[in-house]
Amino acid sequence: MSRTAARLLGYGVLVGVALAAPAVLPDYRTQMSFLWLMIVFALTWDLLGGQMGYNSFGNVFFFGIGMYACAVIQRDAGLGYYTGLFVGAGAGGLLSLALAGVLGSGLLGLRGHYFAIATLGLGIAAGEFASGWDYIGAGSGMVTPLYPGEAGTREGFFYFLMFGLTVATFLVLRWLYSGRFGLAINAIRDDEDKAEAMGMHTTVYKTAAWCTSAFFLGISGAFAGNIIGFIDPRDVAFAGPTFGVWMVLMAILGGKGTLWGPVIGATVFHITQELFWTYLLGWQRVALGLLIVLIVVFFPVGILGYVRERWPELFGHRVDESTPQRGGSTSSAPAKEDA
Amino acid sequence: MSVILEVRKVNKAFGGLVANADVSLDVEEGRIVGLIGPNGSGKTTLFNSIVGYHPVDSGSVRFRGQEISDMRVPQVARLGMLRTFQQTRIYGGMTCVQNMQISTRQANVKPWQVMFNKIPRQDTERAEALLEFVGLHAKRFLRAGDLSFGQQKLLEFAMALMSEPKMLLLDEPTAGINPTLINGLMDRLQRVNRELGVTLLVIEHNMRVIMNLAEYIYCLAHGELLAQGRPEEIRNDQRVIDAYLGEH
Repeated sequence: MSRTAARLLGYGVLVGVALAAPAVLPDYRTQMSFLWLMIVFALTWDLLGGQMGYNSFGNVFFFGIGMYACAVIQRDAGLGYYTGLFVGAGAGGLLSLALAGVLGSGLLGLRGHYFAIATLGLGIAAGEFASGWDYIGAGSGMVTPLYPGEAGTREGFFYFLMFGLTVATFLVLRWLYSGRFGLAINAIRDDEDKAEAMGMHTTVYKTAAWCTSAFFLGISGAFAGNIIGFIDPRDVAFAGPTFGVWMVLMAILGGKGTLWGPVIGATVFHITQELFWTYLLGWQRVALGLLIVLIVVFFPVGILGYVRERWPELFGHRVDESTPQRGGSTSSAPAKEDA
Repeated sequence: MSVILEVRKVNKAFGGLVANADVSLDVEEGRIVGLIGPNGSGKTTLFNSIVGYHPVDSGSVRFRGQEISDMRVPQVARLGMLRTFQQTRIYGGMTCVQNMQISTRQANVKPWQVMFNKIPRQDTERAEALLEFVGLHAKRFLRAGDLSFGQQKLLEFAMALMSEPKMLLLDEPTAGINPTLINGLMDRLQRVNRELGVTLLVIEHNMRVIMNLAEYIYCLAHGELLAQGRPEEIRNDQRVIDAYLGEH
């Protein structure tokens, strides 16, 4: 079986499982919606933190912005439920994108630790700000509109909504990574001074990357707000200590800078976390803390990162002694690594 | 022949340390020009001043008639003047081919194409041809960070060529390279200069290399221009000999 056929089959199986899951495990639909949310978190964080080497601790800011923007539109615009939800989600995504563009032009001039610290402040400041602003409910938060469908169909609706968003995020990132953009942000990660010395428009690439990340996070926030049903400024929308930290951890656990790493990391992390809540109730925070320490100590390069170091040939990193023909390539270049 | 790079009375000091004092030099188009001097004589600082890594305190740098002393590194690079680093810099996490593919001439890349740009097939072909030129074809799918220092140096050179420069500033291209490979590298530098018409300004400590390679040599000492001339003139210049043997 050729590589492409195997890959298509793999994707087909995954999509099949994902589509069948809510029918097979109806009780877990909301949990599985959160699994998709976690995958979006990890993927969008990895775009900056893994592929571009800019560790952002403030990505949860865009999640919260999307959540509030959507809720405000649902509350004030007087549209129907579904129109309000989708218009709100689109507006949330675009507002996040625009804010990332504005903030990025300033913050992305900072490098390394300085960028990380500046973004950390962003999430915290937004939480404090939101809990003092009456228009969006201040400290008492906002309640999203009731789902108009029949009882019991809400979970399924949001499951497929989150699944669709995850697939869209994954495919867009996969497409971006396969082209010049992917190479450019990898180059910035490996040596930004060199990239500048080669004449690269680094600021444009960096801002574009953050805008992409913010856009999908904004939409995910809009949906997540409606799944949870209640928007608390500090614990739900700008939840730095939970969501904000988890996005980083999941990407690291799976393998920073790979396409599938964040997906694997988010899945492992979310399932482990749910098991802790179920079987270690009372100690779940301790267990989670321990897990985080174990991840950082024993999996500094993550699951896929470990596989790549152990078996580099799988990722196309091999010596190719074939003699080149004039002006052309002999062996087809390995498909840009798909992991 | 026209002057491609014109440096006039460039001064650069770091606090009380004067790294370049009134340095002037001319590089004619299509030439290979050498820049030598003892350690700490200001060669790399001069390179940094030329390519816009830091602003000069005073003086003028003109590239193809255009004043560039107030430009920053990426702008200068897009005009077609690139530098390589003494401490080799490549993109370690990417394969050699990817290192090459992203090193194409950036002036041709419009910002709005950034997101949607696929890698053109001719870029990949040119990347492979250039990797073969520097002898790294077999290693093209290896991570650049896994190459030896000498190979990374060759890769960095190939990356510079990938961007179709008009002029290259090479900071010690042969340092750290196996002596038997040095001849091959010199031959490649000359071919690049002759066949592609790339003007070269080379910092080099290896006297055998620079005397054979360069058509004209500038010698710096203590941040000042000590001597200039053709290789045989420099070789016999008592001031240069004194500077290297520590008479100063």
